[in-house]
Amino acid sequence: MDILNALVVFLNFVFIPAAAYGAQLALGALGVTLIYGILRFSNFAHGDTMAFGTALVILVTWGLQALGVGFGPLPTALIALPFGIALTSLMVLGTDRVVYRFYRRKKAAPIILVMASVGVMFVMNGLTRLVIGVDEIRFDDGERFIVTVRDFKAMTGLDEGLALRSTQALTLVVAFAVMIALFWFLNRTKSGKAMRAYSDNEDLALLSGIDPERVVRQVWIIAAALATIAGTLYGLDKSFKAFNYFQILLPIFAAAIVGGLGSPLGAIAGGFLVAFSEVAVTYPWLKVVGYVAPWYEPGGLMQLLGTEYKFAVSFVILIVVLLFRPTGLFRGKSV
Amino acid sequence: MKKLLLATAAGALLAGAAGAEEIKLGISLGFTGPLESMSPAMAQGAEMAIKEINDSGAFLDGSTVTAVQGDSTCIDAAAATATVERLITAEGVKGIVGGMCSGETIASLENVAKANGIVMISPSATSPALTDIEDDGLFFRTAPSDARQGEVMADIVLEKGIETVAVTYTNNDYGKGLADAFEAAFTQKGGTVTVNSAHDDGKADYSAEVAALAAAGGDALAVVGYVDQGGSGILRGALDSGAFETFVFPDGMVGQALAENFGDEIEGSFGQNPAAEGEGRETYLSMAEEAGYDGSGAFSAEAYDAAALIMLAMAKAGSSDPAEYKGAVMDVANEPGEKILPGELGKALEIINGGGDVDYVGAAAVEFVEPGESAGTFREVSFEGGEMKVIGYR
Repeated sequence: MDILNALVVFLNFVFIPAAAYGAQLALGALGVTLIYGILRFSNFAHGDTMAFGTALVILVTWGLQALGVGFGPLPTALIALPFGIALTSLMVLGTDRVVYRFYRRKKAAPIILVMASVGVMFVMNGLTRLVIGVDEIRFDDGERFIVTVRDFKAMTGLDEGLALRSTQALTLVVAFAVMIALFWFLNRTKSGKAMRAYSDNEDLALLSGIDPERVVRQVWIIAAALATIAGTLYGLDKSFKAFNYFQILLPIFAAAIVGGLGSPLGAIAGGFLVAFSEVAVTYPWLKVVGYVAPWYEPGGLMQLLGTEYKFAVSFVILIVVLLFRPTGLFRGKSV
Repeated sequence: MKKLLLATAAGALLAGAAGAEEIKLGISLGFTGPLESMSPAMAQGAEMAIKEINDSGAFLDGSTVTAVQGDSTCIDAAAATATVERLITAEGVKGIVGGMCSGETIASLENVAKANGIVMISPSATSPALTDIEDDGLFFRTAPSDARQGEVMADIVLEKGIETVAVTYTNNDYGKGLADAFEAAFTQKGGTVTVNSAHDDGKADYSAEVAALAAAGGDALAVVGYVDQGGSGILRGALDSGAFETFVFPDGMVGQALAENFGDEIEGSFGQNPAAEGEGRETYLSMAEEAGYDGSGAFSAEAYDAAALIMLAMAKAGSSDPAEYKGAVMDVANEPGEKILPGELGKALEIINGGGDVDYVGAAAVEFVEPGESAGTFREVSFEGGEMKVIGYR
């Protein structure tokens, strides 16, 4: 029984939240890593692309709700997602045409593209606020919980409760599906292979007749789709607030770099690694230990680091990885 | 009285000599950043006071006041300092309604306002640190210090029969100041604080913080944060994981947004924020409604009062020079004199022009204690049936 209680506490406070957060980071990091791998710059506007895409999804969701369209127990936002992706794709393709293409033609150094993306970030930042405002928005309709704490306790008779939100489950399922689709696209389709070829060696790819503009367009569309999906899942799970998407950029970059920039597999591993270490290192293990080893009485909360330092955790991992394995865990491009 | 009359006459002469001028008033609030949803109603409050003064035509021989807005960002002290610098040096403002959050207010006051001798009246910076700050008599606030709020909060919690509380605070001057004030008052009155830890705003995820608070335990969780920010994130996490059921909300959290976003999930939770009852507030609310915004937003009334006080002090001193009118702020805010409610700024100007005294009460029952901050009335609220209910004032 005690072992079960310990397990439930662990699942409720560490595993489930960290897994959902990790999936959101992984989706964001995939977008960053794709753009880095193929367009060869770190896209700082990615966080705000997520915010912009989510804002559009919310607008469409409201429209659908006004029309009386629902999705049963699932959030209506899932139906709105394809529209949001389409509109966001147009937006990023527009930005590419107006901003990035100019620098690409001039064969500008990556750092110039990075700075341009910082500019795009600020414009996108303002645009999102103009479109949807600065307020916190909750757009999660449908069932909120799969298992609530109260039901769980009644069901199992355990002292500790477990909650599983439907958005957490949804995040994991959708993230998993998107990752599989992405790998299938990159490894099995002609366009995906062209993309990888372009990423490996631009000149050789051009020689073999790959249309670079086409590859670039596809990358942007995929990145926009990933950003919108990640942003929407994050917004469903927590809530939408333009400011938060600006802040999430940091852990996303940490995840992408730890995994190895340019490596999709690395981005996923990095996302989960950052999320799990943020939660696990700052978690006070007192309760879990209390159940597993009741004879052991520690003085404090058995917390390795205060929660204020959770950001430091991802950066320590980042520094260690960069020192000992500069290309990241999965042999991406060195920074 | 004679001296005062003389001063007023001299002031009127001086002002007369200068003639009608166009006075700029800075409004430095966090239009972007963690409190961005509160700022619009605050700025509108300040601007409504300015409009009222202008419409009266009786201000400093027909001078007019224009508002200049600046973004203090609330969290970025460097950005706030730059904004106030711009307001003072480039725009030439004669006084500032702001800053918004305690940390940025301290920074811009010490670095810019003091150096240039400009009066700042903050509607919302509540850190106890601002009480003892060296301000050359330039800083005032229409919001009370958190040292007082900490006591009120401890009283309310104990009266509910809650004896152990976990505290999480937003990692800045406001959060730390209030959390410490609460812990001190609560412990002294016999309660126990199980944990008093910080959370950072604007984080993507709060599961780690919620897990730590849950491990420490307690009958209730005091969320000393911002409703637009980490505060709501923590609350969401604590509710979903079943870590806490009762919550205590201080001023940064109390707002309509809380009831809208959490509804009956926070049934039985309670809190308090500085807000005065009475005629002044009612009048202000209906004036705000007429002007097309929500005057019940946190610190909106205080912003109206801050702007009104600056302009009435200017009228009293007969000059828009901060060095002259800074001494008149306490004068117009407190007794003796005729009580002035919102919407009566024109009347106040006439009394002042006629050589009389005013006691500005305003929208938030302004009563200044040394060294220039509001004594503070707090509104106790609780959440029942998905709505925020006002329990009383203390």
